[in-house]
Amino acid sequence: MWKTVVRRLIIMIPQIILLSMLVFTVAHFMPGDPFTGIIDPNVDAARLEELRRAAGYYDPLHVQYFRWVGNALQGDFGRSFAQKVPVTTLIGARAMNSIRLGIVSTVFTYAIALPFGMLSGRYNNSWFDRFVMIYNYVSYAIPTFVLALLFIYIFGYQLQWFPTRGSASPVIPKGTAPYYWDMFYRLLLPGFTAGILGTATTTQTLRNEVIDAKTQDYVRTARSKGVPENVIYNKHIFRNAFLPIASSIGFIFSGLLNGSVFIERIFAFNGMGDLFITSITSRDYSVVITLVLFYGVISIIGSLVSDIVLSLVDPRIRIE
Amino acid sequence: MAINKQEVVETAVDSTEVSAPPMGFSVIVREFKKDKVALGALIILVAILALSAIWSIRLDWERVMEVDILSHFRSPEPFSFDKLIAAWNGEKTYIMGGDEFGRDVFLQIFIATGVSVLIAFAVTTIIAAIGITLGLISGYYGGKVDSAIMRFNDFVMTLPVTMIIIAFLVVVADQSVWTFIFIMSIFSWTGYARIVRSKALSEGRLDYISASKTMSTPTYKIILNEMLPNLSSLITVQLILSYAANIGLETGLTFLGFGLPDGTPSLGRMVSAANTPYNLEFRPWVWLPASTVILVLMLCINYVGQALKRSIDAKQRLG
Repeated sequence: MWKTVVRRLIIMIPQIILLSMLVFTVAHFMPGDPFTGIIDPNVDAARLEELRRAAGYYDPLHVQYFRWVGNALQGDFGRSFAQKVPVTTLIGARAMNSIRLGIVSTVFTYAIALPFGMLSGRYNNSWFDRFVMIYNYVSYAIPTFVLALLFIYIFGYQLQWFPTRGSASPVIPKGTAPYYWDMFYRLLLPGFTAGILGTATTTQTLRNEVIDAKTQDYVRTARSKGVPENVIYNKHIFRNAFLPIASSIGFIFSGLLNGSVFIERIFAFNGMGDLFITSITSRDYSVVITLVLFYGVISIIGSLVSDIVLSLVDPRIRIE
Repeated sequence: MAINKQEVVETAVDSTEVSAPPMGFSVIVREFKKDKVALGALIILVAILALSAIWSIRLDWERVMEVDILSHFRSPEPFSFDKLIAAWNGEKTYIMGGDEFGRDVFLQIFIATGVSVLIAFAVTTIIAAIGITLGLISGYYGGKVDSAIMRFNDFVMTLPVTMIIIAFLVVVADQSVWTFIFIMSIFSWTGYARIVRSKALSEGRLDYISASKTMSTPTYKIILNEMLPNLSSLITVQLILSYAANIGLETGLTFLGFGLPDGTPSLGRMVSAANTPYNLEFRPWVWLPASTVILVLMLCINYVGQALKRSIDAKQRLG
């Protein structure tokens, strides 16, 4: 077991190095220098040039790269040029919102996908199965921003069930119970939207697995022993059918991250995806670079977690 | 380990694709005859494409994209057939109202659809070329080549692609349609490589390939003339599904404001009017038509793709 984890960790290292090189390349082509935004405009040009030289702005590329990596490893990602604070502070303030949204979305995804997949597989070719197939196909095909806009228009403006913008109320005092309730309430619509968009693959996989499992020997054995039908489906079949889904958890997570740029933007939700768009429009490149790096590392860790989860639940996968 | 994982995931998710013989045209026709919804989707799709192609040729782009401040967010005029005919002749009738710059939404829709469709077509062609080439090489040679290419493929797959594309788009100095197409293509080929590789891997072990090898047929001929035709059905389905995804990606990026340059008619930019809460709530005519076109396009293309996918897999065929 530990061997698997260690092997997988070693595989992760070149991925992170490649990612950092890619991000560094993008960063290199972005305009600005280490002093953009923190320097007084009255400073003499020659003095500025001297400062740049001292900070290593003209060093060879590989020297700059290693210095950048060194700083990043120590948690120094530079300063935000628009907000005049360290990048880490800025991202830290938004991270919790995004994580909350991610959790709510994942809960919605599984709350919809698991029953849909199990039931449509169990009663395949029934009217419910046909409904799930249509739902699945629509949720797979619809673009994130179109669904988000339609939901805001319908649930936010026409029915007025949910607030349409923001992650926290500006009027309710912080720290009180109504404040937290309001915060949770504001997570529901964006979370539901993102959750729906993530269901298609899981539902489809689960349905196919359940249909395949129906004719397997272990199911026949269980049935001949007189195990109740519900137990067969919810325990015997579910455990086996869940394997490929457990393995895709990491990909679902990185999918959520990618979608969060759209969702947070449209719902004006105060998270990292929204910060990304704001920073890129205000040309705040140090924030942009750090966010790309951060999301990339999270995705890589996500696929690592998938692999570990898979080898935990399915001993056949472990490497020798 | 990683290869094992890959296979487990594939047998679950893509099990249909591994058992895909080349499909005959008659099989497809039968599938579409049997599945009336797919036939409907195909007809709607062809109708949208033909209409937007013909209409946008008839229209004078410059005139449609002209700024007319007097028609700023003009409400839709009541519908009549006379106005529709006038619109067909290129008149601004405002039957779907005007946008922020007073342009006729109805006329813009057709041009914008044409633009989005063409861009997605270009992106699909480029990523198919990259992905299929890598997939074929990886699947044919197997071993070290395969694991190197697939490792790289896995890496690109885990990247936060939307963000990286946006970052690239902002960095490049030259903000033209071609750079946009190029940058969108760099990170989107992974699906092709993965699917083509898994089929090519099993195909490469078959006797006809070994026979050709012993007859010392040049490798490129084996890959292109013998292996590729056997993957054609798989690739067709992937082409259609990724075409829909690319329309989504293009309109999405343009919606966020990072795609097509300003002034280019575009579905995504028309929808982006909804970023202003007032437009979203009180002026649905500005963003709803473009959203509907995107939605209908995506649904139809995907449905046609799914029907084709079924018709290449004998187990799932309806007809």
